Amino acid sequence: MDSQTVLLAVLDGLSYGALLFLVAVGITIIFGVMNIVNMAHGSMFAIGGYLAATVGGWLLAASLSPYWAAVLLPVVAVVVGVVLGGLLESLLIRRIYGKDPVLQLLVTFAAFMIFEDLQRLVWGGQPYSSSELVSALGVIDVLGISYTTYQLLVVPGTALLVFFALRLALRRTLVGKQVMAVAHHREVSTTLGINVRRVCLFTFMAGSALGALGGAMSVQTTSWVLGIGAEMIVLSFAVAATAGLGQIEGALVAAVLIGLARSFSVYLLPELEVLMPYIIMTLVLLFRPQGLFSVAQARRV
Amino acid sequence: MKRCVLTRLLGASLLALGAVAAHAQAPKPGELKVGITTFLTGPASVFGLPAKAAAEMIIEDINAKGGIGGVKVVPMFIDEGVGGDRMLSEYRRLVQEQGVRVMLASISSGSCNILAPVAEDLKVVNIMYDCSAQRILEDRRYQYVVRSHGNTTSEHLSSVLYLLRTKPDFKTIAVVNQDYAHGRDSWEMFITALKVFKPDVKVVAELFPKFGATDFSTEVSRLQALRPDVVLSTSWGGDLDTFIRQAAQRGLLRNSTFMLSLGESSLERLGNTLPEGVIIGARGDHYFLHPQFKDDPQFQSFVKRFKERTGKYPIYPVFHMAQALSALQAGYDIALKQNGGAWPTDEQLAAALHGSDSAGLTNKVLIREDGQGMEWQLWGVTKKDPAYNFPVLDRMAMYPPELVTAPVGQNSLEWVQSLKPSIINDPSILTFPASTSAK
Repeated sequence: MDSQTVLLAVLDGLSYGALLFLVAVGITIIFGVMNIVNMAHGSMFAIGGYLAATVGGWLLAASLSPYWAAVLLPVVAVVVGVVLGGLLESLLIRRIYGKDPVLQLLVTFAAFMIFEDLQRLVWGGQPYSSSELVSALGVIDVLGISYTTYQLLVVPGTALLVFFALRLALRRTLVGKQVMAVAHHREVSTTLGINVRRVCLFTFMAGSALGALGGAMSVQTTSWVLGIGAEMIVLSFAVAATAGLGQIEGALVAAVLIGLARSFSVYLLPELEVLMPYIIMTLVLLFRPQGLFSVAQARRV
Repeated sequence: MKRCVLTRLLGASLLALGAVAAHAQAPKPGELKVGITTFLTGPASVFGLPAKAAAEMIIEDINAKGGIGGVKVVPMFIDEGVGGDRMLSEYRRLVQEQGVRVMLASISSGSCNILAPVAEDLKVVNIMYDCSAQRILEDRRYQYVVRSHGNTTSEHLSSVLYLLRTKPDFKTIAVVNQDYAHGRDSWEMFITALKVFKPDVKVVAELFPKFGATDFSTEVSRLQALRPDVVLSTSWGGDLDTFIRQAAQRGLLRNSTFMLSLGESSLERLGNTLPEGVIIGARGDHYFLHPQFKDDPQFQSFVKRFKERTGKYPIYPVFHMAQALSALQAGYDIALKQNGGAWPTDEQLAAALHGSDSAGLTNKVLIREDGQGMEWQLWGVTKKDPAYNFPVLDRMAMYPPELVTAPVGQNSLEWVQSLKPSIINDPSILTFPASTSAK
């Protein structure tokens, strides 16, 4: 394997890892604060993608500049997060905080399946896509291999932006500090006068919006089909588990690690590509059952 | 004593019943329930939903003309997307509890592999309408299971012949297929046939990304570095669309000739992402602008009605469904005639299907004595056409079933290796001239 191949594999791995991070970080925050493994997160990813494709179609029909998509993608994500995430939290998830984890899994999985049927109802069985933004941004040549600007700069850039914004928000803003407090200890936070209910709702919306953003970004290069949410939930759960549930920094490292391992395996051992995320997860969990970055129970976000 | 009499009575009546069943014809049912497995969920819904729409449309037409042998046809659908075990129990439920006597199953070869032996055990007529694994009918002889279309051999042998005809002097090839039975089997068949006609061909990459993969950027980078003359993909649905879109965005389609064996089903969706000069297959004798039928009023009206009903042009599963339903009608017609007009038993219907030939929307398909359908294979190359917002097929060629299907009783992979290069230009191949200019 020469240095050119290594560079190419690194570029591919980083770009894939960035996308993975966007989705996995949502599931990570929700777990960190509410201690719930949210299977319905896959639906946010899927619906975010479908909605972004629909909006992309409107843009195309209205013959507006494809750059509008760059503005509309975050809007789509926020709408999905606030509306669906908000509904889900206030109607369902709120009732199962602190309950048996098996029950929590079953409830969120049921929500996932309901959303799956809703997607079929609304968008049908045909693949959706929307790639005008990617085409408009053009390609960059690296060592004679063309990469789209979108995958090389936009996706990793967004992932880094989200990462730093989250860190900043959690450490420097009042809401962020309240979220951290709730993650530390619910009851104590309540006694301190924090509106835990509102913090949970807000966190759930933000986590869902991140999942939807991942979907909206993915649909620019991927065809959206029924069942796409299930694929992503498994993968992003592998990332979150490798990282240590609730670890944002860990999620970034684990996503990049899995992305790189996957792209190197395409060059070296294509047969192992599918297995790579799970091999890494198994290896990490064998030696660090709490995940790469989990520290004692002190803090979860 | 009393019990003894009762037992004897029961025994006698059972005997009588048995005797009646052996001689009499099956009673004419009030309605003919036809079970259909199709993907209503999951990524393969891209085939399942059009197939279901086609079944409903064609069955409405059949019923409007008085049904089959005067009996109204009632379709009952099972979702293939729920997985093998659940589909199987649904299948058994339809046959054993709902009184379904004819099944059209399935789309996936995985499903057919599971269902074919079960249909034989249940003695229910099963027409395989879209699954192509040739082994199902080569490894075992079935009485109740037939296939109303071509198989992996005819689909991929014809693809090799068409590739060698359109681009004879390529040297390197790479494959990007989905990592599951169809992706692996079709590549095995393709490369076996290709090596027979072109032993010095170099396979530079064999990539089998995960079924349902959403990101092919590493595969695309690797192919850009390798620059193979030909890139083959037998993928379909979202996987194929995503791969082609990501490859096109990065200019890979300009460097290599792409060959998409199931590309016909993605043409409309991919739109102008697909450049000119991509080799496209249709898994048989299907295309909404079929060179022999596009001016036929009946064909035109079907295409038009399907488009109005679903918003899309018909793709190959629609044509496969039409073939299966016409085979079913032909089977009943023959069995009714042989039976002097009385309603046939399942056994008689199964026998009548073997050797029947019937036309769906395009050319006739003969069902051989081993149950295999003899179907033409259509191939073409993409070309832009201002009348459509997606490329159409040009320089089409059609391969006759006798040329590309292994004879009865022969193993396809062995038979393919005995072929001679002269069949690349066999006179039985129908070719259609390149359109001079887009109208």
